[in-house]
Amino acid sequence: MSTTVIDDAPLPQRSYWQSLMRFCQRQPLGTFGLVLVVIMAVTGFSAELIAPYNPTANDFAAMTEPPSWQHLLGTDQFGRDLMSRIIYGARTALIVGMTSAIVGGFSGLILGVGSAYFGGTTDLIIQRLSDIVMAFPLIIMALAVVAIFGPGVQNVIMAITIPLIPRCSRVVRSSALTVREMPYVDAARACGFGATRIIMRHMVPNVMAPFLIMVTSFVGQAILAEASLSYLGLGVQEPVPAWGLMLQGGAEEYASTAPWIAIFPGVAIMLAVLGINLFGDAMRDALDPKLRER
Amino acid sequence: MRSWFLKAGLAASFALALSLSLTLSGQAETPKRGGILTYVIPADGGPSLDGHKETTFAVLHATAPFYSVMVRVNPDNPSSTSDFVCDLCTEIPKPTDNGLTYTFKIRPGVKFHDGTPLTAHDVAASWRRIVSPPPGVSSARANNFVMVDKIEDPDDTTFVITLKFDTLSFMPALADPYAYIYSKAILDKDQHWYEKNIMGSGPFKFVKFEIGQSIEGVRNPDYYHPGQPYLDGFKAIFAPKESVRLDAIRADRAAVEFRSMPPSARDQLIKLLGDKITVQESDWNCGNVLTPNNARPPFDDVRVRKALFLAIDQWKGAQALAKIAVVKTVGGIVFPGSPFAATKEELEKLPGYWPDIEKSRAEARRLLKEAGQENLTFEMLNRNVDQPYGIVGTWLVDEFSKVGMHVTQRVVPTGPWLDAMRRGDFAVALEANCQNVVNPVADSGRYLPHDLYPENFAYHKDPVQVEIYNKMLHETDPVKARVLMRDFENQTIGVGAHQLMVTWWYRIVPMRSYVKGWKISPSHYLNQDLANIWLDQ
Amino acid sequence: MYQYIAKRVLLTIPTLLGAAALVFLLMRLIPGDICLVRLGGGGGSFDPKALVACHTEIGVDRPVIVQFLEFIWGIIRFDFGTSMWSGKPVTTEILARLPISLEIAILGTAVAIAIAIPLGTISALKQNTWIDVAVRIFAIGGIATPSFWLGIMSVLLVLDVSAAITGTPWMPPIDYVPIWKDPIRNLSMAILPAITVGYRYAAVSMRMTRSAMLEVMREDYVRTARAKGLKNKLIVNRHALKNALLPVVTLLGIEFAFLIGGLVVTEQVFNLNGVGRLFVQAVQNQDYTLTQALVMLTVAIFVFTNLLVDLLYGWLDPRIHFA
Repeated sequence: MSTTVIDDAPLPQRSYWQSLMRFCQRQPLGTFGLVLVVIMAVTGFSAELIAPYNPTANDFAAMTEPPSWQHLLGTDQFGRDLMSRIIYGARTALIVGMTSAIVGGFSGLILGVGSAYFGGTTDLIIQRLSDIVMAFPLIIMALAVVAIFGPGVQNVIMAITIPLIPRCSRVVRSSALTVREMPYVDAARACGFGATRIIMRHMVPNVMAPFLIMVTSFVGQAILAEASLSYLGLGVQEPVPAWGLMLQGGAEEYASTAPWIAIFPGVAIMLAVLGINLFGDAMRDALDPKLRER
Repeated sequence: MRSWFLKAGLAASFALALSLSLTLSGQAETPKRGGILTYVIPADGGPSLDGHKETTFAVLHATAPFYSVMVRVNPDNPSSTSDFVCDLCTEIPKPTDNGLTYTFKIRPGVKFHDGTPLTAHDVAASWRRIVSPPPGVSSARANNFVMVDKIEDPDDTTFVITLKFDTLSFMPALADPYAYIYSKAILDKDQHWYEKNIMGSGPFKFVKFEIGQSIEGVRNPDYYHPGQPYLDGFKAIFAPKESVRLDAIRADRAAVEFRSMPPSARDQLIKLLGDKITVQESDWNCGNVLTPNNARPPFDDVRVRKALFLAIDQWKGAQALAKIAVVKTVGGIVFPGSPFAATKEELEKLPGYWPDIEKSRAEARRLLKEAGQENLTFEMLNRNVDQPYGIVGTWLVDEFSKVGMHVTQRVVPTGPWLDAMRRGDFAVALEANCQNVVNPVADSGRYLPHDLYPENFAYHKDPVQVEIYNKMLHETDPVKARVLMRDFENQTIGVGAHQLMVTWWYRIVPMRSYVKGWKISPSHYLNQDLANIWLDQ
Repeated sequence: MYQYIAKRVLLTIPTLLGAAALVFLLMRLIPGDICLVRLGGGGGSFDPKALVACHTEIGVDRPVIVQFLEFIWGIIRFDFGTSMWSGKPVTTEILARLPISLEIAILGTAVAIAIAIPLGTISALKQNTWIDVAVRIFAIGGIATPSFWLGIMSVLLVLDVSAAITGTPWMPPIDYVPIWKDPIRNLSMAILPAITVGYRYAAVSMRMTRSAMLEVMREDYVRTARAKGLKNKLIVNRHALKNALLPVVTLLGIEFAFLIGGLVVTEQVFNLNGVGRLFVQAVQNQDYTLTQALVMLTVAIFVFTNLLVDLLYGWLDPRIHFA
């Protein structure tokens, strides 16, 4: 199943703006997803400007207050403004999601393409290592990372990223294997180009479509993984504003007395992951010539 | 010395009785017999079943109903800190030989659940295993019995303990709720048998243990306390997640959780179930301790440590935290309510307790500036347990920020948390101090330097503090001892600023109103054999 | 074919050994150990001698290499030793928890198939209509919702609804009874977690069904069938669905292997005494032997499910040859 975008994409004829408009017309759901992602990104980047309160400041005069004009989404058990925490949480989610997806994705890309290109023993070793990591339960990996290096956003990212690498490399490898047999790769090899050049110039661009789709879905998965780790007490730590962490403390204890503590961060996670997935789906449809509506 | 002990103890129990905000209804009702009590244990049902070996309350809450002990805290007056009564013995003996020899008479006619008679030899075999375990056996609290010289069982009904020196800490130690009496015949065959099996002489006979899930017992018809137990049986279900336990009590899948529920759960249950829920509350003989690493810069500077304490508004904080965490009372190094505990006026002189928080924080800033630590940034080690470590930690981080400190938390599971403290690999740690029987002089020994008390992780050196402690230990006049306790406290928190108590815990036990007879104590380790519980159904 | 199977089976050995080495190493890199957790977890003081005795008793004071070789030798003999936490054989600990986990996994898969295949097919057939949009949002909702949150909320909903209707709140039992002893009690406990697990699982499979169907519907043989004037229903059932199910089966297989991991969180929420919860306990207690055995079990399940899926794939699709 080759997905060669290069021959197929009539991109040069259109401006980016036109492509975007075309995407929006053809993919209303994807556009909706894109809008959600853009909102999340803007919120995260400009949290200082938007957030009405300091997200980590306790206010014992306003504990577990329901939504009101002072606190649009209410406050949590420490009297912290939920809206401000969700706004800052968008930044944490972006950092965790994007970094994990990009680092995991690119490591997977390099390993996958390399594995496919070199084949033989290299491939065998990389594949067996991938097997081990893929089969290894996330919680042990996460606990080990957190216990050895301490928690903190960067270690949570590490714990989430490691299992993503082999999953990406598997998909990339199978695409790259078909690319490797293409005449132009043979030609490049015949010209005496080095492995790096062939991999970077010829193979990588040709596995970009499945790669991008996968990386997009990783962003959502990473945000969810952060939530699961928080639930097990291994995620980002208080008082850092993070959606998963907000669900962990509040959702359990105050689910029926102060449901807003549980509901709003949950909704934030759902919308973010929904947006990312809708956008990813639409991108897949747009990039995959077989699914493209003509 | 003994009279002092009794006086202090009586006063303590009186104060405690007052401190219980919600006590049981006044008039005694006649217990009804029958019914099965289902309760939840907030833990994983994992560890071994051997009380001598384990320290987690989960083992106690699951297995105490199957066993007898020698001496225990009075189950009808468990909030007292000095009311010890016999379980297997016939009466608490007056010590002879200048307070060194205790000769107990063992209750005749007691039978193990397998029908064999329980004699002084079984008691002695069990206590020998606790005090000086044979090679290959670990006894978690053996160090509480350094005063014991020898244990003898001259005949079937006599059990003698001889001490090396007279001490106040003997009787509370003897009332250790984990000190189950095992069968000598079984121990002789296999010292590890009790890790996987249950066979005692307590109010309930073992029925079954579903690994990791639940444990069940049925009434022991041959129980020696007349009329007891009232229940036909019990079932304890392990439920580590709080939401599950709350829901379970709400839906009457379980009647009670005996450790403690957070205030939110109590409020919710009362709101939803009204008078179908009864709540018992008590100050808890556990508290959080803020421990700066006295050996590591910049916390080797007493000014920085003091600034750390001065940043915290305990009075306002405790009030607010009491709504969201199992903490309530502001106190010093002694369990609040004990006659040895500092009064509010005495506390207010110590850093971390100043009544004027603005003044306190201004002083903190001044000290930081003087020490050249205006932008103090550090990591606080904490345990990944929400109630109350997590809540107290989050509160503290915000308090520190109010004097310009930048604090992040390193929240890790129990193993790495303990390990980091033992290796001194932390800047500031939030730890806990949890004891069972209230024993002010003995309990405050935990604030002594690490080389004297290995479980102290402040890593400080303070000869003055040690000297005061030794004086207090040998002081027999309660009034003078209390003065020394103030000196010790001032040296620990004020002068040396080695460690700070940050809020004592508060036990909240909401239960279905049909559960009667159980009385709360200041420790979740005490009074759990269920013999006096009955169901009003 | 047999040569291929033999080769694949042989290739699982380095994977299993690698996983064994990794879990052994990771567990020992975590600071602290089970004796500290056992003795110091309660917050009280303990006898330092007890710590030493505990180390000797469970054998962690021996050289690491000896412990590792013992572990590997144990794997070879299928002997995983005793749990350091409870003192019971590891196999006893795991077997006690396996039934409920398997039950949830199987029920969850059933729920997933029941939702995913019909909805995925409809979604593909009605591509870009409002039905498609609704189904896709429903599907992505399943992926986008944290499962523990869904679990907590669903129990709460059951409690509130039952309290509103009957006056007394009801929730599923919190202790497991085998299905052959009390089927009603068993199922009333299992159904909510099965739905929670199944929904997420369905969401993934539904998307796969949809895209596979879309692809198949464009294949020549479907066009041919259509050109022959066959009824749409027949085309879908006879020609398209059968072929579209191929990747779905693959996915179901792979996801089933992941399910054990997915149960970690769900079992906590519903107080299920399953393998997932045991996993969390074992890791948090730093119970080396039990964690090692559990990891080997999950890795083995994963590896062999993958193998099975590959073989099944070849059997379903004659175009694939094993080389």
